Amino acid sequence: MTTATQPVGRDDPWEAIPIAAIAVLGALLSIAGAATAEDSRFAVQMYTAAAGFVFGLWALAYWLANRRKTQPTKYQDNVVKAGVIASMFWGVAGMLVGVIIALQLAYPNLLYFADFGWTNFGRLRPLHTSAVIFAFGGNVLLATSFYVVQRTCRARLAGGAWPWFVFWGYQLFILLAGTGYLLGVTQGREYAEPAWYTDLWLTLVWVVYLLVFLATLWKRQEKHIYVANWFYLAFIVTIAMLHIVNNLAIPISFSNWFSYSAFSGVQDALTQWWYGHNAVGFFLTAGFLAIMYYFVPKQAERPIYSYRLSIVHFWALIFLYIWAGPHHLHYTALPQWAQSLGATFSIMLWMPSWGGMINGLMTLSGAWDKLRTDPVLRMLVVSVAFYGMSTFEGPVMSIRAVNSLSHYTDWTIGHVHSGALGWVGFVSFGALYCLTPWLWKRQRLYSLALVDWHFWIATLGIVLYITSMWVAGIMQGLMWRAYNELGFLEYSFVETVEAMNPYYIIRALGGGLYLVGALLMVYNLWRTARGDAPARADEPAPAAVAAE
Amino acid sequence: MAAPEDREIDAHSGRETTGHEWDGIKELDTPLPRWWLYIFYASIVVAIIYWVLMPAWPMVNGYTHGLLNFSDRRNVAADVRALETARAPQYERLRAASNEEVVADPQLREFAFAAGEAAFGDNCRTCHGAGGAGAPGFPSLADDVWIWGGTLADIEHTITVGVRSPHPEARQSMMPAFGRDQLLTRAQISDVTEHVLSLGPARARENPNATAAARGAAIYGEQCAACHGATGAGDRTLGAPSLVDDIWLYGGSRAEVRRQIELGRGGVMPNWDRRFDPAMIRALAVYVYALGGGEAAPPAAAPAGEGEGEGAPPQAPLR
Repeated sequence: MTTATQPVGRDDPWEAIPIAAIAVLGALLSIAGAATAEDSRFAVQMYTAAAGFVFGLWALAYWLANRRKTQPTKYQDNVVKAGVIASMFWGVAGMLVGVIIALQLAYPNLLYFADFGWTNFGRLRPLHTSAVIFAFGGNVLLATSFYVVQRTCRARLAGGAWPWFVFWGYQLFILLAGTGYLLGVTQGREYAEPAWYTDLWLTLVWVVYLLVFLATLWKRQEKHIYVANWFYLAFIVTIAMLHIVNNLAIPISFSNWFSYSAFSGVQDALTQWWYGHNAVGFFLTAGFLAIMYYFVPKQAERPIYSYRLSIVHFWALIFLYIWAGPHHLHYTALPQWAQSLGATFSIMLWMPSWGGMINGLMTLSGAWDKLRTDPVLRMLVVSVAFYGMSTFEGPVMSIRAVNSLSHYTDWTIGHVHSGALGWVGFVSFGALYCLTPWLWKRQRLYSLALVDWHFWIATLGIVLYITSMWVAGIMQGLMWRAYNELGFLEYSFVETVEAMNPYYIIRALGGGLYLVGALLMVYNLWRTARGDAPARADEPAPAAVAAE
Repeated sequence: MAAPEDREIDAHSGRETTGHEWDGIKELDTPLPRWWLYIFYASIVVAIIYWVLMPAWPMVNGYTHGLLNFSDRRNVAADVRALETARAPQYERLRAASNEEVVADPQLREFAFAAGEAAFGDNCRTCHGAGGAGAPGFPSLADDVWIWGGTLADIEHTITVGVRSPHPEARQSMMPAFGRDQLLTRAQISDVTEHVLSLGPARARENPNATAAARGAAIYGEQCAACHGATGAGDRTLGAPSLVDDIWLYGGSRAEVRRQIELGRGGVMPNWDRRFDPAMIRALAVYVYALGGGEAAPPAAAPAGEGEGEGAPPQAPLR
């Protein structure tokens, strides 16, 4: 590597002024909101926000005080380290809540208190989905994108303290959203539950994220932009668009958390699923494909299989994904032509999705033997295999005839989790296993044996989870549609619920195993970062990361 | 593109790289896999065929209807109409027939049972349990003990008007909360509890205190006998359950009986005439009647407390 061309840049302290202004303004608005709150829940949310802004001011002062101690030539890696730590924390928290709600479905009285709604399934469920998707997945994307864009552009992260603003601003968004769910503050839109003020805050944070990313690309010292950065950029831009449009709403008052959507009826439903499906497409697919495109070739030490495939599948994926949302509304009030478009675009999406799988798997040609010795690479490769499986299952389920059986059943839950646990989870774990020794300058991980254990326990957990949900979902769908010879329903709804119980228990067991695996990872990474793995002998400049 | 001299040959695959390199990552110049490309094209062809056949693209006015002119909405409406037409004669007969005729006609009975079973599963089972087995606070419908009467007509009427529902003719009964509303002292409630437990077979289980029961008998006579009867046999016209059959809506232990005297709980059953037409209510009644405890006619006199006649319903099971 050419360490001589390292970008030199000292962060400008004046950049702290607008950040401080945002924090002061945010704190003042929150306190005003708390003072005029029409609802105790809104007041709690505003006090939480105010505390967050005060913490932000403190963090900014800390940054200013310690700014000169950092070596100006280095990449901005501290914010990536913070992202890695946040990913581990939120990952374990979100998966734990997932295990709890899985157990609540099997044992309905668990953590049910008639007088307090905080731990009811209805409130914990969005806490789980948001914690694993946005808190865990979001922090993984934040950390890896900040790492990858610097390395592949040979440029320090732009904006001085602004990447820190993005990091802490995003944590504040998570805090407001998560505590809001427990209080019962929700917009009732799946994966877009946070209230209007939390949405506004995320919009600001996200636009800054986009600007930091673009500015870093702008000052790159490479002629071309690496494919991982295309995917990151598509993810950031599209999520901004989806978030803003789906959350267009009118608050009933500036002193209340409640708001009405700008859309109504079936338009509202379609907007929601245009958002929901593309959150899967651009957050959980495009963003994590970016991770795949950097970490798989890096860990396998092999070139990307096909540059042309990466171009064609990128543009095909971007163009086709955005149309597929209506398949979430088959056999509803949505006009039939829209259902047809949703289903056909989903089918056309099959091969563009698989382009990423082919590029991921075939990059290993010439390095397959490493799967025997490198459990981190094995995790990354299995994640790509799960990606291929769930992106095949998705188009199949979007076919209307299949959907009439699968829709509203736990088959959907199984499908989502084969993508979430197998693809998003494993590729994230792989990236975290790579990043931790690189960032904390260790020769290797604390224990490869623990990675092996993590891999096998989590894989067993996924298998239990998705097979139980396949069986349960198909059985549920068949029971719902069973008629007797006189044309009456064969089973009542509650009979189908009773029939699900054993599978819910198996699912909770699978989720529990997956959580155990994640805890092993946290332990392993903590020991690695703490220094229980040998330090790298020579560390002239961070650009030498490729030398491991 | 990179200058040709930057391109190198990958030793393993024999492919040229593109000449780009980022942080040590290079790319091979492999062409698109043929199978990938052909399946992609095929999926596009499938989509186009689908668009030609089915409603697909929005236009300025309306949308393309497709060659098949397919419409879920029309198909569902037609299916529902077809089912309604097919069932109409049976429903008509069910509505017109007397209760006795329904029970006597095997074909009609079978139809009513099937319709009732489906409606029961999604509307009644949540409280009354599978097969009407009942649950604490929700009476069993499978035994021959009835609070409001067990003939087909009684059951049909209860389903129609509900119990303590907003319906003007709802089955109404109201047991006072003797404890909560301080109508009786704690000692008095203890005494009544002992007396109630001594009325029927529960006495063998709970061994009521004879002295206390004797004191309780006097209070019972003043406060309870008006509805539950002097012997505790109950009164269906008032909806007062029997206290001598050892079948208890809120449990038959000493503590549970005492708690019911303290709180005087009474459940609410909806008036189903808001959701179902009379024929469906008739079908539900036939189903409940056949669960095991339907009565051909109301018992002539107040039944004796002893001798639980479990099973042996007046009609043989319908299915």
